Amino acid sequence: MSSYNLKEVMNKPERLAPGHRMCAGCGATIGVRAVLRALHEGDYAVIGNATGCLEVSSFMYPYTAWEDSYIHNAFENAGATLSGVEAAYKALKKRGRLPEDANFKFITFGGDGGTYDIGFQSLSGAMERGHDMVYVCYDNGAYMNTGIQRSSATPRFADTTTTPVGKVSVGKMQSRKDLTSIIADHDVAYVAQSTFTRDFKDIHLKSEKAIYTEGASFLNLLTPCPRGWRYEMADIMQVCQMAIDTCYWPMFEVDHGKWTLTYEPKKKLPIEEFLRLQGRFKHLFKPGNEDLIVQFQEEVDRRWEELLYKCER
Amino acid sequence: MAKKDRMSGNEAVAYAIKQINPDVMPAFPITPSTEIPQMVSTYIANGEIDTEFIPVESEHSSMSATIGAEAAGARSLTATSSCGLALMWEELLLAASNRMPVVLALVNRTLSGPININCDHSDAMGARDTGWIQIYAESNQEAYDNFIQAYPIAEDPRVHLPVMICQDGFITSHAVMNIELLEDKEVKDFVGTYRPEEYLLNPGNPMAVGPYSVSNYAMEARRNQELALEASKDVIIEVAKKYKELSGRGFELFEEYRTEDADYIMLIMGSAAGTAKQAVDDLRAQGKKVGVLKLRVFRPFPAEEIAKALKNCKAAAIMDRTESYNGHGGPLASEVQAGLYREKIMIETICYTYGLAGRDFTVDHVYEIFGELEDCAENGTKYEQHRYIGLR
Repeated sequence: MSSYNLKEVMNKPERLAPGHRMCAGCGATIGVRAVLRALHEGDYAVIGNATGCLEVSSFMYPYTAWEDSYIHNAFENAGATLSGVEAAYKALKKRGRLPEDANFKFITFGGDGGTYDIGFQSLSGAMERGHDMVYVCYDNGAYMNTGIQRSSATPRFADTTTTPVGKVSVGKMQSRKDLTSIIADHDVAYVAQSTFTRDFKDIHLKSEKAIYTEGASFLNLLTPCPRGWRYEMADIMQVCQMAIDTCYWPMFEVDHGKWTLTYEPKKKLPIEEFLRLQGRFKHLFKPGNEDLIVQFQEEVDRRWEELLYKCER
Repeated sequence: MAKKDRMSGNEAVAYAIKQINPDVMPAFPITPSTEIPQMVSTYIANGEIDTEFIPVESEHSSMSATIGAEAAGARSLTATSSCGLALMWEELLLAASNRMPVVLALVNRTLSGPININCDHSDAMGARDTGWIQIYAESNQEAYDNFIQAYPIAEDPRVHLPVMICQDGFITSHAVMNIELLEDKEVKDFVGTYRPEEYLLNPGNPMAVGPYSVSNYAMEARRNQELALEASKDVIIEVAKKYKELSGRGFELFEEYRTEDADYIMLIMGSAAGTAKQAVDDLRAQGKKVGVLKLRVFRPFPAEEIAKALKNCKAAAIMDRTESYNGHGGPLASEVQAGLYREKIMIETICYTYGLAGRDFTVDHVYEIFGELEDCAENGTKYEQHRYIGLR
């Protein structure tokens, strides 16, 4: 793995062209560009994509924003589709139908709907079979493409259009599914969780490792959505910083079974610092709802402790 | 030089796959097609072929991976039956609309429920409007012959569509019959090496597959797909001619068996055509002018050709091995009658539903049906237009 130089990395040619139709302030495209920057120059890639915001906004016939070969098939099968592409690569390579020096990498993107929920089986299958590919989940914590419905990645108490806050409702009643751990338990080559930091070093190094580790890899990226989370577009970096500093979204990796924490806040901040920035949690700050924040904090603490234990801290 | 052997339908298709040695095969087991991926896996395990086999976790994923592999530039296929086909239904549409020349070995089995593992055509018929070419076999020999013709049809630049090669579950897939096999080299030369014009793994020439398409473009894409399906009819006939030169066995869109002077014709598809032919021989021996029209190619549907083939008979029985739940007959009934009407051929027709979920269909049933056709035409007896045969 190369050493990290921010300026050098940021000056690499973009592999996702501008002009796509994703929202201003959207985390998904920031995540995609960060992952693609980790591809070494000269290497080819085939990009897969589950149906979702990213797909419908980046490949609208007859235009595509993708500089690499790209395949969107359906919503629930990005894992299986890229399995087929990767198997084809093996077949064509061994049969001499590709140039010797053509080195292809396989990266697929899916939102949390396409990854945690409808595409979960297809993802699990692809990971278990150990295809040499990276599955990247851009997790924005709800079905944003269809208009902010809850997913199994939606945090507890979030206000979504299928868990609306109302006179007798305080938002989503269930906790988030911990997909990163579930995929780590598939015993795949490399699993990591990351988001955007000011130097983009964590996400870059993990992307590079995921792409260049042989076997199946999974990256779970927290990619905020200004529409669904209701934060000010310019505040996305602050939202991400609070996600990691409150330990709501810890950054860690599992490299061939070894769990490592890649970021530990100097001072673990209270969860309010993360929640306060987002309109979807506005109701938690109303008088009488103090206990909900306590419950949220307890869940974050419990999960953080479990992670520390796994990382032998 | 042809080789003579004895094989089941599943063995015959697996053997054809071995001779073709395709690039990628994702598959998930389901009765009665399970043997096909099993046999292919054994060929691979013994180093007889080097196809990349992907043991996927569902049929939805098998067709998804087949599409991914094909788009990447690999000749790909899968096999399934019944609920497996139903589960991949969404992907069948995508294989066709993305113009992927993949092949599916379908071993026809009824759809649930009640759950049942035996033959009828409800699986394939449920997928009849997905844009696939559908070719049906009467026997293990035809399943083998059809399978070898599948890629030359699918990959033809005028077509570029997926092909479903259908055989009847258990009746054809598991019954062992004599078969004539081609030499490996003959099959390889006939099928050729797959050289797609555009594919994902083309270094320096990236391709994007599966766009979002607004209303300004989507309708043209559908129309082009439909035109390709229409064009496939000529290609199917051309490929069959070439195959006859190689094998000596000729194929058309349908087979006409003793229909030349027939007053009564039974239109039927799949293994039951063999039963019908036997009954026709028996009735001919008694001086009855009866015949069988065995449909081989259901998609594209040869409506005009069928209508013309039926025009000189007095009455026809249209045999559906599925139920459409539309109140007046199965898919063959609807499409054949629409074809007759278009050609203004107003013969009597009776639509029969037979053999659902593996119910036996015997020569006695065929005698009975021809008796009803005769009674209807000669005596003007009114029969219900939509009838079940062999119902308890």
